[in-house]
Amino acid sequence: MAGAPKAKLNPNGPGAAAVLAAGIGALAVAVFAILADKVAAIKILMNFYKPTGPLSGVTTGAIVLWLVAWAVLQWRWSRRNVKVKHVTVVALILLFLSLLLTFPPIADLF
Amino acid sequence: MEITVRGLWTMIHGMGFGALYLMACSGALVELYRRYTSPLGPEIKIEDERFMRIYLTAMAVLAWITVLTGAYIIYPWYRAAPPPGTTNLAEFPQRLLMSNPSTSAWHSIGMEWKEHVAWLVPISITMAAAVFSQYRRSLRIHPELRAAVLGFVWISLFAAGIAGFFGAMLNKNAPVAGGPTITIVQGGQK
Repeated sequence: MAGAPKAKLNPNGPGAAAVLAAGIGALAVAVFAILADKVAAIKILMNFYKPTGPLSGVTTGAIVLWLVAWAVLQWRWSRRNVKVKHVTVVALILLFLSLLLTFPPIADLF
Repeated sequence: MEITVRGLWTMIHGMGFGALYLMACSGALVELYRRYTSPLGPEIKIEDERFMRIYLTAMAVLAWITVLTGAYIIYPWYRAAPPPGTTNLAEFPQRLLMSNPSTSAWHSIGMEWKEHVAWLVPISITMAAAVFSQYRRSLRIHPELRAAVLGFVWISLFAAGIAGFFGAMLNKNAPVAGGPTITIVQGGQK
């Protein structure tokens, strides 16, 4: 039918790469935030833009890590089918962990 | 009726970009569930796919603008340190909140969570837009990828809700104000 082509079964690798990279990037936000809060040297290192303070380095670092992870996974999985169910579970766990670890009373346990 | 430049930017960031994202997120979830969750669902036209692709991409742009204006325009005003000897902390919201035990947790929990959790939103929705743009209707036959997209969009809604809630409460307890004043309407004398 015109205007409604059938769905094609593309390899799931590129989608899985984007999903896992997003989980990694999300967790990186929380991990970098905890490190910048607990380690004085990292706090100074993360101060990319003084008016914003360490938040600038925490988020820029996490974004760079996310994009690098995405590029590497995309390169590795671009034409492959991977176990996307496992990838999805891991990515959602990473995202959920990030939600928890950014919550200050939990972050302060470290 | 007046507003300060800092107040205007805070309003644009929260009520403009942030609130618009929250509303758009609900729409995206409805559309994704309605059209893409079942292989036997309603027919998807090319125009529907194009609309959804543009919609999710616009949401990603909106999420990035929201966090960038928050972190690089408003947050510096929020965390600015007052000069020594300052007694009126009205233009230094973080210090104003921390100066009183009944409001300090709005900073130590509210702002500390908001400033980090908000960044999960653009990362999540950018991924959702990218995966949707690549797979479109094929998401119907990739249930795990579809679950990932939906899961990340749900959590982006939750994270944006946290950021929005604390943003509103912080601004209620210690408004980001100051800078030049803009007169919107000149009121008459009572």
